[in-house]
Amino acid sequence: MAEKPIQGEKRVFMTGNEVVAWAALAAKADIMYGYPITPQNEIMHYWTRMAPKYGKRFLQTEDELSAGFTTLGGVLAGRKAFTATAGPGNTLMQEPLSMAEMMRIPSVVIIQQRGGPSTATVIYSQQEVTMTTYGGNGEGFRIVYSTANHQELFDYTIKAFNTAWKYRFPTFVLGDGYQAKMRESLTIYDPEDRGIELVKTEPFIGKEPVNGEKQPVHIRNTYNTEEELFEVITKYLEDYTRITPEIIEHQEFDCEDADIVVVSHGVVSRAAKGAVQELRNAGLKVGYFRPVTLRPFPADRLRAVADGTKTLLMVESSLGQMAKLVKDAIFGSTVAIATLFKPGVGVTSEEIVTKVKGML
Amino acid sequence: MTMVPQMPKSWRLETKPHKFCPGCGHGLVLKALGEAIDELGIQDKVVFGADIGCSLLAWDFFNVDTVQTHHGRTTPVVTGVKRANPDVICIAYMGDGGGYAIGSQHLVNAAARNERITAILVNNCNYAMTGGQMAPTTLPGMKTETTPYGRDIKETGYPTQGPEMVAAITREGSYIARGTIANLKQLKSFLKKALENQMAGNGFSFVEALSTCPTNWRTNAKDTWAFVEKEMTKYFKVGELKNPAAKEGE
Repeated sequence: MAEKPIQGEKRVFMTGNEVVAWAALAAKADIMYGYPITPQNEIMHYWTRMAPKYGKRFLQTEDELSAGFTTLGGVLAGRKAFTATAGPGNTLMQEPLSMAEMMRIPSVVIIQQRGGPSTATVIYSQQEVTMTTYGGNGEGFRIVYSTANHQELFDYTIKAFNTAWKYRFPTFVLGDGYQAKMRESLTIYDPEDRGIELVKTEPFIGKEPVNGEKQPVHIRNTYNTEEELFEVITKYLEDYTRITPEIIEHQEFDCEDADIVVVSHGVVSRAAKGAVQELRNAGLKVGYFRPVTLRPFPADRLRAVADGTKTLLMVESSLGQMAKLVKDAIFGSTVAIATLFKPGVGVTSEEIVTKVKGML
Repeated sequence: MTMVPQMPKSWRLETKPHKFCPGCGHGLVLKALGEAIDELGIQDKVVFGADIGCSLLAWDFFNVDTVQTHHGRTTPVVTGVKRANPDVICIAYMGDGGGYAIGSQHLVNAAARNERITAILVNNCNYAMTGGQMAPTTLPGMKTETTPYGRDIKETGYPTQGPEMVAAITREGSYIARGTIANLKQLKSFLKKALENQMAGNGFSFVEALSTCPTNWRTNAKDTWAFVEKEMTKYFKVGELKNPAAKEGE
């Protein structure tokens, strides 16, 4: 029981859902709460097979409202708790996650996006960006990592627990059905062996008395007056703004002299990367920009990129949910905007190459 | 000399007098609960969850760890706490709308899974915090803001009988009772047994408490009392439905 789930480093060939379960074990997550929905189911399947061997727990709830709220209960008890969902499940989970925002509960949620609106497809999409970044009633005080491959699914699932517990904002790993179901090579590892410190958890409620003295805590998400709420939100905004530079992540290349910069996120950025490399090899001045954190968004850097190029080409598997975040980030820039939107459908390198060539 | 009313030790004096309306039954249910917590000596181990509705006014009521949640969601929150830390004693405190309408799936499934938590549901026949609309527990013919001509059972069905429903779906180990603020001694004994049942690790514990809402019932003291004692008990029978401890003793 005591031995670590992963000894040293290991090269493996796995589906993304299996990767997430391994990453949660490696991050020393204590308990998963979940409700079945495709395409995230195998996270639960692998967790329930592996977790008991390491003294970890699982609860299958009656719906995603309950999966979300039990997860918050687990976190309040001071445990590393997480859940995973998709599509209509993500919709239901916005209620508990708005409570997590209001109460600064460091919950971790893995989203494997599927087609929408409604039931739509169980396969794939990038249509849960708006909901995951700004869902629920609130102001979007969340941290959202959009992963592109299995190595990142592993790395960022571990990181999500650390980010959530360090900064006390609900944290999401935004994957999708392709990443969930595809099998890919990656290296899994024990984070502490690599020098990655795991942030310690702490109970909000149910703390042991100190020197026989119990100091009861009362935590709430309801406020009596407008001013009271305003004060809380103002403080949260200050905190969120202060930590943003520490959290934002992005990737870019060949943007310096580019006439067109392709902006994409998640699994679509892999097609974009391939396309930009191919176009560069053909001597065309094209650049690549990928926000890794969708919330907070790497706004300053993208604004600088926008100011140094002629056109931003936004590519995504939705009708512009990432593009809205981009436009908000570069507000005031005179860069031209072009789009390749394929809601709920995968995007290939060839399509991006054709699109760019048609623009030049 | 001023007489200080006797308050349970687990009550938080700084927040008294409490914020419930005059004549409201919540204060009495919470007094019975406070005394039960005192007598069991579990104040330091309790995690108290407060729902939305009038029950949310209990968020700073006790000197125990407290979390105020969303409408209907207290059951899953304390379930999550209990699953993650079985050493604490979890109480989900809610109204009839929270437990039998918006959060009914959580009540049903927590009961079916035999969660080791104690759910306490205050039944006052209406949604009181929002201004007196029909609740699942509104009596046939009873006037509310959304049934101004009286609850028509042909249109809206019969009132939910919660403890009976929970009793029907639970197996061994569950403690289920319906008490009333008209019999505080009995209500306290039910609450105490419901907590003991959790502490013994037997299973799900559920107590419904018949309560009053003179503000929304628009009743005077005499009629309020008559309603809870005579009208409500015609439909909602007071007593224990399941008690694992009694079974063992037989």
